[in-house]
Amino acid sequence: MTAVTLEGRLGTGWKKPPLITNPTLRWGLFVGAAIYIVLAVASIDVNWSRVAEGLSRGWAFVTAFFNPDFVSRGGDIWDGILESIIITITSTVVGILISIPIGLGAARNIAPLPVYLVCRGIVALSRALNEIIVAILLVAIFGFGPLAGFLTLSFATIGFLAKLLAEDIEEMDKVQAEAIRATGSTWMQWINYGVQPQVMPRLIGLSMYRLDINFRESAVLGLVGAGGIGATLNTAFDRYEFDTAAAILLIIIVTVMVLEYLSGIIRAKVQ
Amino acid sequence: MLELKNLTKTYRTGDKALQNVTLTIPKGQVMALIGPSGAGKSTLIRCINRLVEPTEGSVILDGTNVTTLGSGALRKMRRKMGMIFQQYALVERLTVMENVLSGRLGYVGFWRSYFRKYPQADVDEAFRLLDRVGLLAMADKRADELSGGQRQRVGIARALIQDPRLLLVDEPTASLDPKTSRQIMRLICELCAERNLAAVINIHDVALAQMFVERIVGLKAGELAFDGKPTEMTEDVLTNIYGEEDWQATIRDVDDEGSDVEDNAA
Repeated sequence: MTAVTLEGRLGTGWKKPPLITNPTLRWGLFVGAAIYIVLAVASIDVNWSRVAEGLSRGWAFVTAFFNPDFVSRGGDIWDGILESIIITITSTVVGILISIPIGLGAARNIAPLPVYLVCRGIVALSRALNEIIVAILLVAIFGFGPLAGFLTLSFATIGFLAKLLAEDIEEMDKVQAEAIRATGSTWMQWINYGVQPQVMPRLIGLSMYRLDINFRESAVLGLVGAGGIGATLNTAFDRYEFDTAAAILLIIIVTVMVLEYLSGIIRAKVQ
Repeated sequence: MLELKNLTKTYRTGDKALQNVTLTIPKGQVMALIGPSGAGKSTLIRCINRLVEPTEGSVILDGTNVTTLGSGALRKMRRKMGMIFQQYALVERLTVMENVLSGRLGYVGFWRSYFRKYPQADVDEAFRLLDRVGLLAMADKRADELSGGQRQRVGIARALIQDPRLLLVDEPTASLDPKTSRQIMRLICELCAERNLAAVINIHDVALAQMFVERIVGLKAGELAFDGKPTEMTEDVLTNIYGEEDWQATIRDVDDEGSDVEDNAA
């Protein structure tokens, strides 16, 4: 390596070093991406006459939103919403309660290696299986109804919350936790004083977010028979009752917005 | 009272942080530990209460070998060693009072600590200590609302409520302004004198150390390089520990002893 001299550098100009140093690799990636886009666009096969037909059906669906029908299936909608709310709350609470120990175990900085591997395994399994697939399996086992939905969402909550909680624990301030350990605390006291205060706001925020996800998911799970408002929505679609379907979707949208607003307030309070 | 015998720490990366450090600290002695960054000062302190496990050698506190204790006995032993940290290390989202009371965690059961139902004697002692460090009015404030100097006072109260025999102090003034630094050092040394506590204080500020402590130990690349009275600290000693530099302004003139000149604390 030659020594850097001021004379050598003066007047040479300066550019930010590129992200990928190797020019062949850099240009190769650009060219590859361009070729991929051209091929991908060329491979799209649209049946335009089918689209023209479908547009009118789509339009009927959209216009239904200007004229939602909350009344004619009012009883069904109400039952569905109530069931969804029950599924959402119970599955979120159960999911959180199970996620906390698993999240602690999945944080490399506080858990011994075997515990870490087991907990990470549970998290990976829960995240690998999509809610719909789990729901189909559980509906097959437990039959149609909200029990399958509740179990599915509890299981999905574990993967989500335990992973993010573990990551927050791994990023905590080590020194604060070290100071608690130095007082001669037990492991449980250490978690309660040194770790919990650091991760609590995040845990509350994530739990609120998961509540919101679980409510939305409960609408989808009904489509595969796992109970809740989704079942009502599915029936409305099957009967081409777009005005009722629109009413259900509007209720879901408003509920999610309310939850979003509430979680904003709560997260600001617990900082 | 505290004996370190051939204390050695080699990190997994192969870094030799400490090599054969042997030291004896009698009861009630306040000792400053100086040395360049990376010389092993923090490691030494953490090996004493085994936040870092020493590779070889032993730490003996009042006749008990700390290095061989099982986890339960180690927790009991840690109660006897109060620790004060560089960045205060208060749990920021807990109140001042919770932070102070956390010094009693080694003495109370889990559910008592979980519900914050500490024995009245502990609560009274916490109030007494907060009053002693001048923060009684702040008891219910959250730790992150305090200034640096105030936080360090809470850290001191947390260490003292453990009823320790020894204080381990890691760079107590590194994040503080010169005046607050002096106040904190003075407070630590006064409290040690009041309670007849021994202390090991890691410190970068040589002049500040000379001002307050009775013994200075220098560490260089994990080995002892100096052990003596503050007045024996010469330019040659500093050059040996830190390397060549003009040390005139760093060392406190022996003539200044007793006077409180503000400018040499920077």
